[in-house]
Amino acid sequence: MGLWYKLADYVLPFDLARYIFIKNALLAVLLVTPIFGVLGTMVVSNGMVFFTEVLGHSALTGIAVGILCGIHDPTLPMIAIAVVLAVLVNILKGVTHASMDTVLGVFLAFMIALGITILSRQGGFVKFTTYLIGDILAVTPRQITWITALFFIVFVYWSLTGNALILTSISGSLARSRRISTFLVETSFTILLAVVVMVAIRLVGILIINSLLVLPAAASRNVARSAASYTAFSVAISMLSGTTGLFASYYWGTASGATIVLFAVGCYAISALTARVRQKSIH
Amino acid sequence: MLSQDNKEIGSSADNKLCRHCCIKISDLTVRFGNKPVLDNVSLHIHCGEVVAIVGPNGAGKTTLLRTILGELPYRGAMESRIGGVQGRNPRIGYVPQRLHLDLDSPINVTDLVVLAISRQPVWLGVTRRLSEEARQVLSVFSAGHLAKKRIGELSGGELQRVLLALAMTAEPELLLLDEPGSGVDIQGLSLFYQLVRSLRKQHDIAVIIVTHDLAGIATYVDRIILLNHSVVAEGEPDEVLSNEKVLHTFGPSLWNVSALPSIKEKL
Repeated sequence: MGLWYKLADYVLPFDLARYIFIKNALLAVLLVTPIFGVLGTMVVSNGMVFFTEVLGHSALTGIAVGILCGIHDPTLPMIAIAVVLAVLVNILKGVTHASMDTVLGVFLAFMIALGITILSRQGGFVKFTTYLIGDILAVTPRQITWITALFFIVFVYWSLTGNALILTSISGSLARSRRISTFLVETSFTILLAVVVMVAIRLVGILIINSLLVLPAAASRNVARSAASYTAFSVAISMLSGTTGLFASYYWGTASGATIVLFAVGCYAISALTARVRQKSIH
Repeated sequence: MLSQDNKEIGSSADNKLCRHCCIKISDLTVRFGNKPVLDNVSLHIHCGEVVAIVGPNGAGKTTLLRTILGELPYRGAMESRIGGVQGRNPRIGYVPQRLHLDLDSPINVTDLVVLAISRQPVWLGVTRRLSEEARQVLSVFSAGHLAKKRIGELSGGELQRVLLALAMTAEPELLLLDEPGSGVDIQGLSLFYQLVRSLRKQHDIAVIIVTHDLAGIATYVDRIILLNHSVVAEGEPDEVLSNEKVLHTFGPSLWNVSALPSIKEKL
């Protein structure tokens, strides 16, 4: 951390460099956004946008379970609930003939309702609103250690499984014909996703964490023409909107998570326009 | 030579697996709930043979395909004999249906081939050496010029050739083609089937083509198996096309293949 603080003194403008919490937040953003950029590519390619929405909202139930069990830091029960949800949805996908859209809708309702019911006992829900909006400026060095560990885990995981994930996203049958266990690949991916989302939710908040996961990849998809550029653009857009959003939120005095998402939406709009212009010039 | 052997054995219900290599399916039954989608289906397919499995929509063709790919539980037996060794599962090269692919994907053709021929993570970029290797694989299938295109930008015929190149990188003993005719114009399809026919000679592989288009496929295959939950008819194309049960199942769609023998001579 000491090294980072010294480095940040050089990089940041003077008025920002005075605050330790800004340096912490910036480091957290620089670590979290590339993870989201990378994982987002497969969320979008596999049509899992609604699933990650449910995953994010399951945090409410996780927090509630943590309180019922008398655990002070709800991160672990949140992860536990999210992982159970991820595995359950993956198993259901294989056996149910019902539309996954509907099944996920039921899960979403259940997770939110259960969480709110427990948390609102004796009118106490207000103290949990920080989870809804998130607070990146309150990030602790302990959380940054967690995020750094995840950063490396995701990198190693992606290096080993990325190819299988891409093939699975193009065609599950094609992947299976090449002896790839698509169930294992998809389940491990959703578990990792569950852990990442739960660790990051304190920073960006339940309401918008999904946008952060989806928007950079969706924007990249509009313009990328290879697997490598898809990933690279997604990471770049994620980091760019993350840093600009963080600084803007400081100067405007707004919630960082939401401000970051606004910048990501801007990137998406630009990419969609670029794709349109390019398409017109071809025809 | 092999195909001669196969002809002698024919498609009769011989109990032993043949000498060389083949895949044999006996009394295959697959149920979705209480409904049997496949009911006691028996097939025997030899290496070097191109077989079409034809049936109307909902006849269980895709189910059969998925069962051979090992995706569905089944009752019955699937045996194979590869290079004289009995029991080993054949390596399968699978060409999926265009409709079942994510055509919106930013993945390009080179990426797709590199995914198959290398363990190097493609999301980190493709080295020049691998990209050259991919181009060579593609050029065998007249698809070298497509290397930089996104898979969604390919025409039906181009996509089929790329997918065929991809399937062949698995060095398959059994090639499974799922509705290769959908979205492909006649010229593209003819080029595609000629490639398939030359492959089965060069590599001595068994080829199964699953399609609903009896008229379109008849000129390109050695044998046709008509499937409607169970095997309705089976035999050489001319035989099957003159079968009354076939006319009953397929109706008027068959009339436009009356020119069949003359087309076949041209090939």
